Amino acid sequence: MKTQLAAMNVKMHGRTIKRDLSLYIMSVPFILAYILFAYKPLTGLIIAFKEYNLFEGTYSSPWVGLDNFRAFLGGPYFSRTFKNTLILGALGILFGFPAPILLALMINEVRVKWFQRTVQSITFMPYFVSTVVVAGIVVNILSPSTGVVNKILGLFGAEPIYFMTKPEWFRTIYIASGIWQFSGYNAIIYIAALSAVDVQLYEACIIDGGNKFKQIIHVTIPGILPTIIIMFIMDIGNIINVGYEKIILLYQPATYETADILSTYMFRSGIQDGEYGVATAVGLFNSAVSLLMVTATNMLCRKLNNTSLW
Amino acid sequence: MKISKGEKAFYCVNGFLLILFALLCLCPLVYVASASLSSAEAVMKGEVFLLPKGFNLGAYKKVFEDSKIWIAYANTVYYTIFGTLAQLFITCCGAYPLSKPYFKGRKWLNIFVVITIWFSGGMIPTYLNFVELGLVNTRAGLIWGFVCQGTSVVIMRTFFEGLPMELEEAAVVDGATHVQIFSKIYLPLSVASFATLGLMFAVGRWNGYLWSMILFKEDSKMPLQVLLKKLVVDTTVGSASGDKMTDTIKDYSDDMLIYATMIVSMIPMLVCYPFLQKYFKKGMVIGAVKG
Repeated sequence: MKTQLAAMNVKMHGRTIKRDLSLYIMSVPFILAYILFAYKPLTGLIIAFKEYNLFEGTYSSPWVGLDNFRAFLGGPYFSRTFKNTLILGALGILFGFPAPILLALMINEVRVKWFQRTVQSITFMPYFVSTVVVAGIVVNILSPSTGVVNKILGLFGAEPIYFMTKPEWFRTIYIASGIWQFSGYNAIIYIAALSAVDVQLYEACIIDGGNKFKQIIHVTIPGILPTIIIMFIMDIGNIINVGYEKIILLYQPATYETADILSTYMFRSGIQDGEYGVATAVGLFNSAVSLLMVTATNMLCRKLNNTSLW
Repeated sequence: MKISKGEKAFYCVNGFLLILFALLCLCPLVYVASASLSSAEAVMKGEVFLLPKGFNLGAYKKVFEDSKIWIAYANTVYYTIFGTLAQLFITCCGAYPLSKPYFKGRKWLNIFVVITIWFSGGMIPTYLNFVELGLVNTRAGLIWGFVCQGTSVVIMRTFFEGLPMELEEAAVVDGATHVQIFSKIYLPLSVASFATLGLMFAVGRWNGYLWSMILFKEDSKMPLQVLLKKLVVDTTVGSASGDKMTDTIKDYSDDMLIYATMIVSMIPMLVCYPFLQKYFKKGMVIGAVKG
């Protein structure tokens, strides 16, 4: 069968060079788009080592070696933005990573089908709300004069809190809104993995006298552990790629102390102040740390559990 | 099978916590909807929680009278439709040849795609690329500049590879060209995966604000999300206290105008929700298996 197919292939191929020409023509727009919008920006990373000048462009601007990195690493913003990035990323993993797993385990334990479907549909919904609307809801709900949260606090006689201007509240707001928006979406992958766990294992566990919690610990969690580890490695790599689109909407100079991260600094210095060289250096530094972390976690997981991304 | 007392308690607590979390997910959205439909006074005093109080469509009237919002809405629809089509077109142009075992240079083209999944230029080089190509402040820039997404090419290619080769062979015997094979055989057979990827692209484009904000200089080209961002963030966070002036003579407040605009911006999403849910789940599982 296989040789027959191969023979047919050769025949097809030999006969239809003219016909296959359209296949190559078809790939031209694809290659063109990737060169223009993926590879050209990739080569643009050399700006990190240049003094970028709009008139001379990416390739003819003068080289400055590591000056941009020196300016950033030695500058006043490095320690603040790097620290905030790591803290927000770590908190994101600490609270944001277990949340969907927990939600998936809980949804998986529901025996009433319509209830299971409804809960899944509702928790999935916030994923489709845009970042701008999420930020808008957060700002309005937490507003000191008209916000619901302060109204409820007021019932207990508390003074209104100016949440959006207090640096100590920023991290909580960021992490909580993230859990609200993404738990339902991220739970899907675990629910899919849970449905693949062998039913016989549960039966065996019940015969051995295992109650619900023992079943979850000894059957369910080991069953989805590979999925959890893969997701964990990917999340560690993203620890430093904190979602800056939301931060740009939520932070303000009063909260920079806890809210300003590498990417928001990159956005301000690059897009707003036009210091392209330094901003690109910040971005490159960010990617390098990210790559390092994925590689390290991947190695660690392979040693400990024999599960890894590559 | 008999359910023990302990298990019964477990199911009850579990169900209760899930209801709580589901309500938490739903409440903010319900609040926005009811506040946009209430009287300005009730919203100001904070009397609205989950049901509208003093039913009033004043904010929506204002939204629908505002030509700025209509323009922004039309822009968003335009960018979403053409952006999604452009992205699907480019993805197919790569995925179809890549799925053919006899396509010469397939291996290289594959590497060419996979590299872009792992490495990207990042914000500043991407922006400067737009500047150097003269695509800043152009609609074409937003539509074509973000068509490259390696993962979706891999997903699409895998799907095409799964279609039986005999179909193509039969068509070749009948003298079909590649364009005919693609449009008459592959396209109808892959409606589901087109819907999955297309919806993912569309939601991303509908909800995105950052690049439209960076690339466009004129209000007439801004999509709805940027307009919303201006309404929400620049008026609220901008003033240091987070406090707002509210005109009491109107039958709507600035807050309510924001709420109503938010709801209007979410309507297509809510209408399509059943499809979105179905196809996104599918896409998420395929993506995870492949990636």
